[in-house]
Amino acid sequence: MARRERITIAVLGLGGQGGGVLADWIVQLGEANNYVAQGTSVPGVAQRTGATVYYIEMFPAGCASAPPVLALMPVPGDVDVVLASELMEAGRAILRGFVSKDTLLIGSTHRVYAIDEKSAMGDGRASGERILAAAQERARRFIGFDMDDAAARTGSVISSIMFGALAGSGVLPFPRAAFEDAIRAGGKAIETNLQGFAAGFDAAQGKGEAPQETPRAIAPTTAAGRALLARIEANLPREAHDFAVEGVKRLMDYQDASYAALYLDRLEALGTDPALLTEAARHLALWMSYEDTIRVAGLKVRASRFARVRAEVKAKDDQIVELTEYMHPRLEEVCETLPAPIGRRILASPWLTRRLKPLFAKGRHVETTSLRWFLMLTLLAGWRRWRRGTLRYRIEQARIEAWLALARAAAPDVAVEIVKCQRLIKGYGDTFERGLGNYERIVERYRKGNLAAADIARLREAALADEEGQALDQALAS
Amino acid sequence: MAERSFKAEVEQLKLGDGESFHGEGILAVTKALLQAGVAYVGGYQGSPISHLMDVFSDASDLMAGLGVHFESSASEATAAAMLAASVNYPLRGAVAWKSVVGTNVASDALSNVASGGVTGGALIILGEDYGEGSSIMQERTHAFAMKSQMWLLDPRPSLPLIVDMVEKGFELSEASNTPVMLELRVRACHVTGSFTARNNRRPPLTVAEAAAAPTRDTNRIVLPPANFLHEVEKIEKRWPAGIDFVRQHRLNEHFGTERDEIGIIVQGGLFNSLNRALELLDLSDAFGNAALPVYVLNVTYPLIPDEVQAFCAGKRAVLVVEEGQPEFIEHELNTLVRRADLQTRIVGKDVLPRAGEYTAAVIKDGIARFLRAHAPDRAPAEEPAQPPALPPGAVPQRPAGFCTGCPERPIFSAMKLVQKEVGELHVSADIGCHLFSILPPFHIGNTTMGYGLGTAGASAFKPEGKRAVAIMGDGGFWHNGLTSGIGNAVFNQDDNLTIIVDNGYSAATGGQDIPSSRARPPHRQTNNPIERAVRGVGIGWAQTRTRTYDVAGMRDAIRDALTSPEKGPKVLVAQSECQLNRQRRIKPQMAKALRAGERVVRERFGVDPDTCTGDHSCIRLSGCPSLTIRTNPDPLRQDPIAHVENSCVGCGVCGEVSHAAVLCPSFYKARIIANPDRRDQLRHRLRGWVIGALQRRSARRLAARAF
Repeated sequence: MARRERITIAVLGLGGQGGGVLADWIVQLGEANNYVAQGTSVPGVAQRTGATVYYIEMFPAGCASAPPVLALMPVPGDVDVVLASELMEAGRAILRGFVSKDTLLIGSTHRVYAIDEKSAMGDGRASGERILAAAQERARRFIGFDMDDAAARTGSVISSIMFGALAGSGVLPFPRAAFEDAIRAGGKAIETNLQGFAAGFDAAQGKGEAPQETPRAIAPTTAAGRALLARIEANLPREAHDFAVEGVKRLMDYQDASYAALYLDRLEALGTDPALLTEAARHLALWMSYEDTIRVAGLKVRASRFARVRAEVKAKDDQIVELTEYMHPRLEEVCETLPAPIGRRILASPWLTRRLKPLFAKGRHVETTSLRWFLMLTLLAGWRRWRRGTLRYRIEQARIEAWLALARAAAPDVAVEIVKCQRLIKGYGDTFERGLGNYERIVERYRKGNLAAADIARLREAALADEEGQALDQALAS
Repeated sequence: MAERSFKAEVEQLKLGDGESFHGEGILAVTKALLQAGVAYVGGYQGSPISHLMDVFSDASDLMAGLGVHFESSASEATAAAMLAASVNYPLRGAVAWKSVVGTNVASDALSNVASGGVTGGALIILGEDYGEGSSIMQERTHAFAMKSQMWLLDPRPSLPLIVDMVEKGFELSEASNTPVMLELRVRACHVTGSFTARNNRRPPLTVAEAAAAPTRDTNRIVLPPANFLHEVEKIEKRWPAGIDFVRQHRLNEHFGTERDEIGIIVQGGLFNSLNRALELLDLSDAFGNAALPVYVLNVTYPLIPDEVQAFCAGKRAVLVVEEGQPEFIEHELNTLVRRADLQTRIVGKDVLPRAGEYTAAVIKDGIARFLRAHAPDRAPAEEPAQPPALPPGAVPQRPAGFCTGCPERPIFSAMKLVQKEVGELHVSADIGCHLFSILPPFHIGNTTMGYGLGTAGASAFKPEGKRAVAIMGDGGFWHNGLTSGIGNAVFNQDDNLTIIVDNGYSAATGGQDIPSSRARPPHRQTNNPIERAVRGVGIGWAQTRTRTYDVAGMRDAIRDALTSPEKGPKVLVAQSECQLNRQRRIKPQMAKALRAGERVVRERFGVDPDTCTGDHSCIRLSGCPSLTIRTNPDPLRQDPIAHVENSCVGCGVCGEVSHAAVLCPSFYKARIIANPDRRDQLRHRLRGWVIGALQRRSARRLAARAF
């Protein structure tokens, strides 16, 4: 049979992204331009944050002697255009076979993470490269760009960007003005939708603004900084420089130059293996800048943080932003901030802890922008000067020394894996204790002997597999 | 107030002769009902027929003007029982619901109305929720048609035909004194298209007029001896009358060529997919001109023996395209062919999958298999399968979940926290948005037995020690849960906890009002508190928590209920408004106030990237779509950090969760005050003066010890 006249378009997106609006525009576009157009969708559960498919078919009315029979679902091998509002949805379109060698695939390259990716204890994100490669390989043509970014830049929504990209691709036999008329006919937020449309149109034609990456400046600004930088350059292998500079910067901010010097002392004592020193530069800096109450308070009151929050919540210049923190310092954290002998005595006394604990059983709503709380947090941040005397400092330095001693005693490949186990220790409260506990179990197992580098890596992955520690139990048992 | 407003669609209901109607399939049906002179309409919402109910709700004035009675029924059983009005009186009535679940609920009344038969046309509009996007078990409405002897229409998805089938459905019902079911698949309900409208017709007799002049016929009542007569009447009178009508009015259609050795019989609703499959095999064109005969069953029950015989005669083999199982049509066709002593092979499930949705791709493969066996010269060449471009695991699943700011999320966050203390609980879940609790990240819920049946589903558990928990939505509660669950628990001296999610709407079906809604719609009586209802049936331990977002409070209340020494069923009403509806309500108000220069406070949450360490405990306790992850801006850290997107509505759960679970100090709440008043400004200036000075001082010190 002859080459078909119909045009088929599948829109894959997530509930709430405006796929329905886009589908309506496309149907409207077809109908206004002498096509018989039909759209279908599946509202309901799919739209409660799930993935969903809208499907449009159109047929030139002039060619139709009778009403054409239009399908209600995309058929693999029979889809002219796939519009995907997110990278993994583009992947889903490929997976479901909607993208064939005749298909134009227009997809956003940004990610909306699925719940399993988000809730992983480490980094559970799926590989975007695989999807991009498959898109290039399978589609007749692939137009991909960050539509979320384009929507943010134009203050519009992703559906208008997609509609613009559809127009800009030139795949449909309608002029640009016809698309814009469809937006106007829709009657909703016409101006912003037209701006988004224009951005999508330009991006599809390769005229979009490319997001610029600013190189990170690492030039020191103080004499102490210059001295430490010189030391890094003199004593550490090239590969470790970036992390070491970052580490020194972090620790000067966290404590002072001599704390940063201690960091370099510790690094230098680990030998000369570049791989080990690179990872150690990263993880030692993170451990040495452990998040105590002093650090948290210090970060919360900074002017730079106030500015960042204003930008993030998109506050306009004439609007006032008030901030409330959700803090929950327990007796443990409070005692750890006290001078070590006092803190230790309180925690060691059942009588005292029983009486003091109820005072710290409730979370606090800390209004950082109020004078009372701001002063309190500023005072706490100023406690930094006496940090070396705090109980937490003593505890952490002892843990760090024990960890480094293990690394120093091991062969470089094993030492790298031991060093990397610091990644398990993160968070606050229960989360921190869980992570530290997992770390300690692995170290304990290592001390018993017979663990190769790969075994340690396996145990570390197991510790990040589930919250209850079942995978780690199994891994340790095997 | 429903999820969508249909004011524009209501205007289309007023179209007259010759005007063109554009819109969704299910809205075309609403218009068709008015054109057919329907006297009363009822139903229960649920995808995919919610829009029908919503349009009628929004069209109350129009309906009243036409003398048509409409009500949002309490359940599908209520709706089906409404059809009693068509038993004695020549009133055309239509009811609608989601099938197969709604038909299950309605089946008692349906059996009765089908037994006694109807005088006025009775049409049951079924949104068949089967296949992709479906949220219910996969069963067939066809079985109900067969067992109760009701006719089942399954029209080709073309709006003019669907509209025509509504009219013909009433006539068929009247001609055969039998209720008629009109089945529409999900995508047919939501397919857009157009048809030429006709004037609306006032019902010749209204329900008020019928009630004013009652008539009675004991032979129509299901009680011996009449019920025995009904069964005979069904077979001897109504069934032949139905078949005659379908044949005379040619409700079934023929496509493609006249004569061939093979042919295809297809359910009407699948015709478009079949034609696309044939097209891709070069066996049809875009207009349905197939290269072989196709018999389209717009009426799938009953089958018309003469038509089947005529179609099958002279054919070696006929392919039946029938979705779902068991394959009732295939069985019946085999019987008919046998009785007619034809040698035609009926081929169906042996070349098509026994279960699952019949997409065009599936049908195409089935036809290819059919042709290879029965007409090999017309079979397509076998194509080597292309290796998949991606392994399935490369694309993460996206299970449905609670919306941003959903008030049900904190209930399950709280339950997760309680489980950390008391251990795993047996949780009997219900139907509704709250069923998403079984999915990540909550993993709460063991079974779900049906709408409003959460408590009943836990009733076998008579705890000695640990109590079981039942979940019920407010929609399910009023549907039947008050009696089937709560009343039953009181009577049987249960000792379990029922948590009733009271979000003010039948939220999962599109936000329709229910008896406990706080809204005051003009035609409904609302504001009937759930706690009063459960106390009314004998619950002693009942509590209403008016802010589910208070996670610690919810956790404590649940713990109390589970550990209270008091025996007897306990009910915790967890109350906060559905956020979808709330946003729809307050967004325009806020925008208006902003434009008018009034003081408006907006709240949203955020995460400080430098204190977040990327463990994602917060996400595992929340799962909010606006709480996501992003690449760690810290060059030293590897794991992505939590991040709150701008879609945040400021419900506060992430902060409350991190408080209740002692997670982390990274969450902040920002109150953004637009058009601040003088007090705001004064306070802001004063604070700015002190805070600014201190910040400048610490910035200087930081710079002094910087790198």
